[in-house]
Amino acid sequence: MSTKNKFFISCEEAKHICDKSQYGEASFWERVKLSVRLSWCRITRGYSSKNNKLTKLVNKSDIDAIEKDKKDEMQRKLQEEMSKY
Amino acid sequence: MPNNQLDPNKWITLYADYLFNYTIVRVKDRETAQDLVQETFFAGLKSMANFKGEASERTWLISILKRKIIDYYRKINSKKGQAEVRINYNSDTESEGDWLEERVADNYDKNAEDQIQNEELGLAIEDCLDKLPEKQAAIFKMKTILGYDTETICNELNITASNLWVIIHRARTALSGCLEQNWY
Repeated sequence: MSTKNKFFISCEEAKHICDKSQYGEASFWERVKLSVRLSWCRITRGYSSKNNKLTKLVNKSDIDAIEKDKKDEMQRKLQEEMSKY
Repeated sequence: MPNNQLDPNKWITLYADYLFNYTIVRVKDRETAQDLVQETFFAGLKSMANFKGEASERTWLISILKRKIIDYYRKINSKKGQAEVRINYNSDTESEGDWLEERVADNYDKNAEDQIQNEELGLAIEDCLDKLPEKQAAIFKMKTILGYDTETICNELNITASNLWVIIHRARTALSGCLEQNWY
């Protein structure tokens, strides 16, 4: 692979790395490639800023969810209850 | 004309998290909040005949939940001391002397306004999640809110990692758009 290809990634790949980095799952090398793309691509910059904003909002909101196991149990109990009617 | 109909089979998937978020800011305890949500669904089943179809299913369930939360507070209050109102100046024996200074709000603490705003934000996010396809919403929640590993979600739902990231990407794009319209 040429050096150029190592550094330059497609917009799609940049978005994918940006998504992963929201969860701390982008590698150091991926983050380097993303920042190269961010330096010149307006579309990636736009996506990245929206994506970061969403992460901040979700963290700020204290939003919570029921664990999957618990939800399955709730569904089972509800089905049981429904069968009585 | 009644437009809305009830479908209890879908209640957990569609409304459990919304009701849970509504409850947890009011009771501050996960277990209790989950129990209250479950009781709400049971009570909903019992009074399905009373549903006139004027409100949406979710609004109707929230109205039941509100009563459940009030009942919960009545119950714990009556256990404590027959619903008497207690106003203690300061029961903490460690702090002594100066009255008002000790009671001044901590500026660095989250104030009531922040909390209300964060609760509204949480419910706005839930509203936007409601608009996503079920699978997208479920995966986004598992990954972003519950913080599950990619691997765990893939095993649980039998999907590949690249599937997961495509779904996460779609969910995030749709959510950003939705929040842009409804929140910013």
